Amino acid sequence: MGLQTPWLIAVLAALLASRRCWLVMPALLVAGQAAAQDVERGEAIYRTWCQDCHGEDGKGDGPAADRMLPRPRDFVAARYQIRTTASGALPTDDDLMRVMGEGLPGTAMPGWPNLSDDEKRDVIAYIKSLSPFFERETPETLQRSVDPGGGPEAATAGREIFERLECDRCHGRLGRGDGSSAASLEDWRDLPIRATDLTEPWLFNGGMGADAIHTRFLTGLDGTPMPSNQDALEAGIVTEQDLWHLAHYVASLGPEREPDVEEVVRIERRETLPGGPDDEAWESVRAFYVPLIGQIVEAPRQFSPTVDGVWAQGVHNGSELALRIVWDDPSNSPDPEWQEWQDRIAATLYADEVEIPTDPLPDLLFLQFPSEVPEGRERPYFLMGDGRDPVYLWLWHSRRGAVEARAAGLGAAEALDSAGSGLAASAKWEAGQWRVVFRRPLATEEDGALGFAEGVPIPVAFFASDGSSGETGGRGAISSWYYVVLQPPTSRAAFVAPLIAMLVTGGLGMFAVRRAQRSVHSEGRG
Amino acid sequence: MFDKTRTWATVAVACLAWACGGGGDAGAGGEAPAVEEAAEAAPIIDPATAGTIAGVIAFKGEAAAPQAIDMSEEPDCADGYGSEGPLTQSVVVNDGRLANVFVYVKEGLDLTFPAPPDPVLLNQENCRYHPHIVGLQVDQPLQISNSDPLLHNINTQPSLNRGFNISQPQAGMETTRDFGVPEVMIPVKCDVHGWMRAYIGVLDHPYFAVSAADGSFSMPKLPPGGYVVEAWHELYGVQTMDVVVGEGETVEVSFTYDAGMAENAEVPLGEPLVLGH
Ligand code: HEC
Ligand code: HEC
Repeated sequence: MGLQTPWLIAVLAALLASRRCWLVMPALLVAGQAAAQDVERGEAIYRTWCQDCHGEDGKGDGPAADRMLPRPRDFVAARYQIRTTASGALPTDDDLMRVMGEGLPGTAMPGWPNLSDDEKRDVIAYIKSLSPFFERETPETLQRSVDPGGGPEAATAGREIFERLECDRCHGRLGRGDGSSAASLEDWRDLPIRATDLTEPWLFNGGMGADAIHTRFLTGLDGTPMPSNQDALEAGIVTEQDLWHLAHYVASLGPEREPDVEEVVRIERRETLPGGPDDEAWESVRAFYVPLIGQIVEAPRQFSPTVDGVWAQGVHNGSELALRIVWDDPSNSPDPEWQEWQDRIAATLYADEVEIPTDPLPDLLFLQFPSEVPEGRERPYFLMGDGRDPVYLWLWHSRRGAVEARAAGLGAAEALDSAGSGLAASAKWEAGQWRVVFRRPLATEEDGALGFAEGVPIPVAFFASDGSSGETGGRGAISSWYYVVLQPPTSRAAFVAPLIAMLVTGGLGMFAVRRAQRSVHSEGRG
Repeated sequence: MFDKTRTWATVAVACLAWACGGGGDAGAGGEAPAVEEAAEAAPIIDPATAGTIAGVIAFKGEAAAPQAIDMSEEPDCADGYGSEGPLTQSVVVNDGRLANVFVYVKEGLDLTFPAPPDPVLLNQENCRYHPHIVGLQVDQPLQISNSDPLLHNINTQPSLNRGFNISQPQAGMETTRDFGVPEVMIPVKCDVHGWMRAYIGVLDHPYFAVSAADGSFSMPKLPPGGYVVEAWHELYGVQTMDVVVGEGETVEVSFTYDAGMAENAEVPLGEPLVLGH
């Protein structure tokens, strides 16, 4: 096996596993073997597309597997997650076809639009042939009742079931994966696994929506701690209706569809700025979603980061700017409750030149800006700039608050000398979520700091790391460049024109991150 | 590592057994075969000639002391223990005798035994499994019950049988499952309470025992013959012994474990796949 192979695959897994990219790849043709058995044709497809992750013998131990969490499926052990069958039973062919079509969102497992349905069936026949279980058993789809319908009342009733069934033990009170047992969860290989963040349903392995969620309750996700509730249903501890209410409640925890991504974060102008991280005034400020993916450009790389996205909101009043950044992170690092998790991550994930540290580490958030408002679409290198074009940073540390800094490359940040431009931050962690509010006067005299002017698109990029997963020194999750634009007081034209110009020339970079992120984010979400 | 050849061989044998009237698969919840089995005659063991293998499991040296379990998150459970609080059960040594060793006849039987209809119990009480080591026969019902007023999930992780993972969110809940293929041992865990562990041994015959608090065990009603007997401990590994049982004889057998064995013990169970690198 060539030395770079694991890299290639891992990078592929992290970046290219987007539907878009698979589509443009030349489709695999196994012509000339038309007379062969399904299984043989399937094996040829497997060798080309699957074995680098799933391994030569199908045991889930391909050359890049140790960069991934969760690891690729072991087809010999045949513990399948996305089924319509009872806990412990095998998946049906339809179940496997669904996974082949959609992939497992939130993990490295992509969908396969490049394969025809026949090719998918062949490769399914092959992976089934790897396990003796398929010869012994024929899977049967579980009987399911009809959805009595959703709505706010169903969701409210479902919340009570969520409490009664103690889903919070793993998923946390508000569903963000921060339950009291979350730090100790293991998959069947004894590797660390996250309890899914239920507020991000677009990353559910089995798809979003009450129907898919309801199926997961009945079947459980075999090979993971997520149990089946079929027996509780049969024992009368919950009713059919209860489980549908629960499904509607879980669905109500997140958006109905994957959030849109816009390249511009608009900063509203208001008379008064909202206050701290919990000020209700933030509720009326539009939030922009920015997806993040693992930093896999420079060592130490992170293929399975904790943070998969941030929500950005901003308000200014002509003299001062307030930005609130909100993201989910089940640990308030350094968090003794999660020490065990950090130790296990360090023992599990590929270290990439630098050992994954096990000492207590903070959570970090970096906002990168250029040091000066750029001409045109020029932007610094997205990994904290370089010697030629350094970046101006807002660097927030979960225990020390925010400082302004300057960086010319990853890991080369230096705090600004003086008091800087008057950046202040207040933060709150609650139930698996950070909410950080930054405030700064728009103008600055400070050398190396950036002045914010109204109506001018200013590049911004985000970097977040979770100390309790050993993320520090470049390990973490990063976005591509976005823009913040401060809304001017009167002339709309002055505001809109530069935006349009920018969008027309607009980078596709954002979409690449976005697309890759959907398939790749693999920190146990799933 | 996962020994594929062996697994396939075992499964092949198991399939044969199944085809010859075993039936039922763990996890899939198959109930139907029970009726057929009831019809199948148990082999007749002549009480006049049957013998017994009995003995003790001795322990030499300093045993790993039981560890305190932090149940502070679960006061309802913690209250169930005395002043010394809950302790781990993986090593229980009393006066040089080791408890919780699974002893069974590994080779030498060529009889087919139908599954007994009586269920074997696995109870969850005060956030611990009772018993810690369970033995049962292929297709024999395993009745899992929850005596705690809180959520447990029962996550079984076999490699030759199908594993299941089910929730029991309420006191009094009972679930019945079975396993279709012999397997020593199947780990059981609760993901809500990381300290909870039990092990299930599944055999296609009734000659197995779990060493008691005084280290003793006994396997009665064995037809005379030569057997391979194995002892399994979750930390100290396995030992085997050849035993010949004469007509009507009680053969005393004792296994000795010592503290050093923990170092390079081979502990066969659900054989989790060890990944490379
Ligand atoms: C980039 C790595 C990668 C590639 C390439 C890949 N997979 Fe996967 N696959 C994964 C990972 C990781 C998982 C497990 C995700 C989890 O546990 O949530 C998985 C899981 C699966 C599952 C299990 C679904 C379930 O319900 O449990 C199937 C089936 C599967 N892959 C089939 C394939 C096939 C067929 C191919 C080739 C056409 C393929 N995979 C290629 C990474 C990959
Ligand atoms: C013992 C811990 C545990 C309990 C209890 C638990 N879950 Fe989960 N759940 C998990 C884990 C771990 C995953 C992620 C599995 C994976 O990564 O494939 C998960 C995944 C999920 C998913 C995502 C499914 C998908 O398609 O990816 C949903 C929805 C969910 N759980 C809802 C619930 C609800 C509702 C309850 C209560 C009835 C519950 N869970 C109880 C651990 C648990």
